[in-house]
Amino acid sequence: MRMFDGRVLLKQVILLFWPLISTWVQGAEKIDSCQLQVLEMLSSLGSAGGKSAKPSFVSYVTPEEIKSEKEPSRKEKHPDLLPGEVVFCSASTVLKYTQDDLSQRGVFGVLLCTNFRVSFVSDEEPTEEMGQLFKNKLYGENDIPLSCVDNIYGGSEDKRKLITGGLVKNKYPSKMIIHCKDLRVFQFSLSFSKEEDAKKIFQGIVHHCLEPKSLRCLFAFSYCENTSYPEAQRKKQTVMFDSVEDWTQDMKRTKGNCRVVSENSNFELSPKLPQYFIVPKNVSDEDLTKYQGKGLPMWCWSHHSGCALFKTASIPLVQEDNVPQTYMEKMLTAVAHNHLYSVKTEDLSDTLPTVQDILLSYNKFKQFFLIDNTTEFWMSDMKWFSSLDNCGWLDIIRQCLQKAVEVVESLEKENTNVLIMEEGGSDLCCVVSSLVQLMLDPYYRTLLGFQSLVQKEWVAGGHAFLDRSNHLHLKDKVESQSPVFLLFLECVWQLQQQHGPAFQFSETYLTVLSDSVHVPVFTTFLFNNDGHRDSLLRAESPHTQRSPLNCPTVWDWSVQFDCKAQDLFTNPLYTEKPKQDTSVRKSYRPRHLRQLSLPSSAFKTPPKKGFFKDEADNLKKILGVKRLSRWMLSPSSDSPQTSSSVREFYEAWQTKPLDYHGLLLPCLDGPSIRVWMQRYLRWIHDVQILGGGPVAMLSKVSEILGEVQELQRQLDRHGCTLTSNHKGARPRAKTAAAVIAARSSVRLSSSFPFVTSRNWAFKPAIPTSLLQSLMVTGMPGNLADREDDGGPESLV
Amino acid sequence: MGANVRKRARHGYVTPLLWPSIGYFEFNVMTCLNLLTAKDVTYICPYIGALRGTLTVTNYRLFFKCMDREPAFVLDLPLGVVSRVEKIGGASSRGEVSYGLACKDIRNLRFAHKQMEDSLRKSIFEILMKCAFPVSNGLTIFAFEYGQVYPENGWKVYDAQAEYKRQGLPNESWRITKVNDHYELCDTYPSTLVVPVNIPDEELKRVAAFRAKGRIPVLSWIHPESQATVIRCSQPMVGVNGKRSKDDEKYLQTIMDANAQSHKLFIFDARPSVNAAANKMKGGGYESEDAYQNAELVFLDIHNIHVMRESLRKLKEVVYPNIEESHWFSNLESTHWLEHIKLILAGALRIADKVESGKTSVVVHCSDGWDRTAQLASLAMVMLDGHYRTIRGFQVLLEKEWLSFGHRFQLRIGHGDKNHTDADRSPVFLQFIDCVWQMTRQFPAAFEFNEYFLITILDHLYSCLFGTFMCNSEQQRVKEKTVSLWAYINSQPEEFTNPLYVNYSNHVLFPVVSMRHLELWVGYYIRWNPRMRPQEPVHQRYKELLAKRAELQKRVEELQREVTNRSASSSSERAGSPTRSITPVQTFV
Repeated sequence: MRMFDGRVLLKQVILLFWPLISTWVQGAEKIDSCQLQVLEMLSSLGSAGGKSAKPSFVSYVTPEEIKSEKEPSRKEKHPDLLPGEVVFCSASTVLKYTQDDLSQRGVFGVLLCTNFRVSFVSDEEPTEEMGQLFKNKLYGENDIPLSCVDNIYGGSEDKRKLITGGLVKNKYPSKMIIHCKDLRVFQFSLSFSKEEDAKKIFQGIVHHCLEPKSLRCLFAFSYCENTSYPEAQRKKQTVMFDSVEDWTQDMKRTKGNCRVVSENSNFELSPKLPQYFIVPKNVSDEDLTKYQGKGLPMWCWSHHSGCALFKTASIPLVQEDNVPQTYMEKMLTAVAHNHLYSVKTEDLSDTLPTVQDILLSYNKFKQFFLIDNTTEFWMSDMKWFSSLDNCGWLDIIRQCLQKAVEVVESLEKENTNVLIMEEGGSDLCCVVSSLVQLMLDPYYRTLLGFQSLVQKEWVAGGHAFLDRSNHLHLKDKVESQSPVFLLFLECVWQLQQQHGPAFQFSETYLTVLSDSVHVPVFTTFLFNNDGHRDSLLRAESPHTQRSPLNCPTVWDWSVQFDCKAQDLFTNPLYTEKPKQDTSVRKSYRPRHLRQLSLPSSAFKTPPKKGFFKDEADNLKKILGVKRLSRWMLSPSSDSPQTSSSVREFYEAWQTKPLDYHGLLLPCLDGPSIRVWMQRYLRWIHDVQILGGGPVAMLSKVSEILGEVQELQRQLDRHGCTLTSNHKGARPRAKTAAAVIAARSSVRLSSSFPFVTSRNWAFKPAIPTSLLQSLMVTGMPGNLADREDDGGPESLV
Repeated sequence: MGANVRKRARHGYVTPLLWPSIGYFEFNVMTCLNLLTAKDVTYICPYIGALRGTLTVTNYRLFFKCMDREPAFVLDLPLGVVSRVEKIGGASSRGEVSYGLACKDIRNLRFAHKQMEDSLRKSIFEILMKCAFPVSNGLTIFAFEYGQVYPENGWKVYDAQAEYKRQGLPNESWRITKVNDHYELCDTYPSTLVVPVNIPDEELKRVAAFRAKGRIPVLSWIHPESQATVIRCSQPMVGVNGKRSKDDEKYLQTIMDANAQSHKLFIFDARPSVNAAANKMKGGGYESEDAYQNAELVFLDIHNIHVMRESLRKLKEVVYPNIEESHWFSNLESTHWLEHIKLILAGALRIADKVESGKTSVVVHCSDGWDRTAQLASLAMVMLDGHYRTIRGFQVLLEKEWLSFGHRFQLRIGHGDKNHTDADRSPVFLQFIDCVWQMTRQFPAAFEFNEYFLITILDHLYSCLFGTFMCNSEQQRVKEKTVSLWAYINSQPEEFTNPLYVNYSNHVLFPVVSMRHLELWVGYYIRWNPRMRPQEPVHQRYKELLAKRAELQKRVEELQREVTNRSASSSSERAGSPTRSITPVQTFV
């Protein structure tokens, strides 16, 4: 019986999608009928086998109340739908529990599932909030974009069960818990809704959030068809690295001298290669296409000394086959030729955790923040530090930063070309190469520079965003899911935390960016590589006049936030590079200038492990050793040496005066690598510091910064006044934080700007279960039992 | 005694490494005696390695200077921080003998010296043993010889009457009693006490008989609006037989009645309930809720001084000299240090919450009421009263709750005493300062003082330069003979000021006492590690901006004057002056 039911459901599901897909292909005008169809289908889906609705619950809301709310709300209560957004199903009188509250209080409202999000619309009148200033235009605080749903749990009484998708049986849980990828936790009670509705909404949400779907079903496609973004606005000033000019420009900026390859602009060479890329000068045309781009050194960045950073996807080593070896040697020679005939290779697969390790570790780590209730929170508080160690997430961050510092050392101190490699060449290579560039190049620490860096290394660099996020819930892609990009942002946060004034963007910016990965609207995060995007967008636009679909990138921040809110993306501590003050900088970099002026042959680094000289024989020999060492040596055996070298490099750097526009190195010692509080703790009520947190500090700085800017303006105006005697209006410039602070009497909390403190009683969170935490028994002499005063003789 | 040439100290006391620009102390010529100077001493630095230089020991400090490095390496520590001096091993292969100094401020120092100059080496060791532990050798602690004159007499910072007056005391319910004027009621209490109006001094004496060491419940702080009070005392002498005291019961009832807002009284016993019960064996114990009607007893589970001492010992192992990278958090957790901090803060938070949100008076005690009680009462007061978050207010708080109420600094720190294993030593005060630091981290704009202020207090907790932390009680403290630390601090307040401070004095601060927000105070515990460079970019940036604003304001004003002058000369009928001075935007955090 169940089997049969299942098949029926499956059919219905497939049926359900046909009209949608066909609608998208045919255009937007059919959406309405499609919506109807979908709703019909779903209602039949829900009622199949269901019992008639009967009041099977005890409610403390009287039936009259429910009725009075339900009737009018049915039609009115839905969120402001985005263009192309379609409501699949909805249920009224759903109770949304107040976060972190064991008392089971909450608000009633309508729960909907659309092709973009799961949305809860409260029956209560929305109150005007100061938090509106940081409102996301795409989704509100009670909306969860479908691809932001991490896990769904069904709960009844005390138990809670993970819903793994597949076909949900006729039953539905009375309580639905949704864990989001941005770490929000929602708890809904379905026991007050009509049984039919409840089942429908539960199955609908589970279906749309957890079942495999095709890329075309992602909201971006229906959204983009119904909105238009002017090209000019889209691009702004972020360098997109989707043209020869962008690449040439970046190479010129860093004074690199490699070869820009444009032959693949229509993916003639290979769909796996980027549209445009840069390789060492000595790489020939025929080298480009061998091994589908594997082993091909891709230029990342040139150091001012002339040496450069390259990355590549490593060629799997086949026994008895010399061809890849020879090719690899040729490529290494090409890299070495770039500068001073030296190259250092770093195989990241050997020394850094795999993408699976990263996922496993993160899955453990995130659990500390997905808090269902207060008791659970305070229980976990006891073992907080050891839990942090055990999940290994911070250690992975440290390893990535350390690897980046090692590469920086090679570039900065030894002026060697560096070739980093890993299996796919687009995961940890992206992490490390981006970090290296952030540490070395102050341009990438500006907001636009950072966005360009992500475009260059991640988007154009072919990071498989789609597979790594597995938005489509494809079963065969479960393995490839991994938060690699988030890992990168974590590393950036660490750098920013340690060297605040060096970064133009703020912590809030990074947090928002990490959230945006899960909003399926931006082309930035939807594809696996250039070729993938091209093939899909081409296929997606049958109307030739509207060639490639015009989706916004994540850098169009106005899609999500208005200007005021975007002000919070800038870091008030950031100091612009002083223009005239070259004397300071000179003292910092003369070494390299001198080296640059040396004829390249006159300067040769002594050969040591990992270095390659030009001589072919020697190269072969060393390469052989290197290959051998790859299999013989365990990564840990040579790590103490490198780590001590990194240590020395750091200490040498540390003794010099800190220049925020020069080289930046992170401190990697235990206490320096920290938890990204804003991202992970922002939704947890019990840890909000009311009236405190970094915002207490930063808003003061931004306030005075505003005053300084205002004075500067006034001064400029007075300069004019002296000549023209004209007085203009006096604009008030204040940064957003200051505006918010000044406007409200509410004290900001540590989770600013994500949560406003409105609903929170001015009451401290008193930790529960404290005593168990201290295992002080078993100490020498059982100190805990001793009297406060007097020596050992006064033992109780 | 060629090496013992008496010479004036040329170098001031500089807190090593971190704050080189601070604290250049001019020494009174007669009081700081240079007792020894030895050349070719090796300081074995755990971070840099062996350094060769000159070692000087005076009756106040140890000074080592190595000229081989650029800039010269200087180590300068007051002998008061030395907890233990010991010879390490026999002669090494290089013919050197080494000796180590374990310090109270989380570091160990190691020196080595060629053995052939045997007489000299011996004298270094002997002189160190003698000068580092003056009390054990029948000498006076340096604080009693230090004769520096500061513009302000630091001992005048705290005046009990004035402080109680600030709180609105005495009032219709509370009076100031002189019963302890000569420390007859309780020799570890201050002479000025605030007690309920209705309780005559005679009854106080009977209450004292029922409280450990005669430390009766007295008022520490009163809420300006609700009149809820923070009361501190020691444990009641209940004993195994559950003895009761009508006087004590009546006394607590009166305290409750003094607050019309609430018909309840909370008694916070800082100890774990097990320990509180164990105290009955020794005649102590806790208030039974049967005997004290309307009172609710809460145990705060804070451990005793021995547990805390052990925790700090472990912490030192973890953070000094080097930090093991990989298991940092597990290692930190194993010390339990932050868990103790959390418990203390949580206890203070509950007290503050009851007083502020519950408008209920609270009684705080532990066993004797001078360790955990001092921590809890003073922390709760920092949360409740913005005055204690100012530089001077904090000084008053320390003077009042710690010094006058008899926290036994001499015993807990062991000034000048070579008996380093003394079970009375414990980092109780350090924990309190740590808790305050945790609060400054959570509320970066709520405190007038900065991190350096707290570090300076801790440095001089051990330095034996000032009289502030000498002795065990108000009675013992002979203020005229020493200089107060506040004299030094208040002579250069700008060094200790938090530029971001916003005076929101009427705000109650409720810190978050989750481990998620507690962190190890790197700037104190790991400050000797050069890799942990202190950073205050926000403060720096803020100061820069302030300077920039001042500069711009000046320029704008100049220009405005010029404009005014020009227009005045060009048109004589100028009526409404366009000059507008910049009014600073109202500050808000």
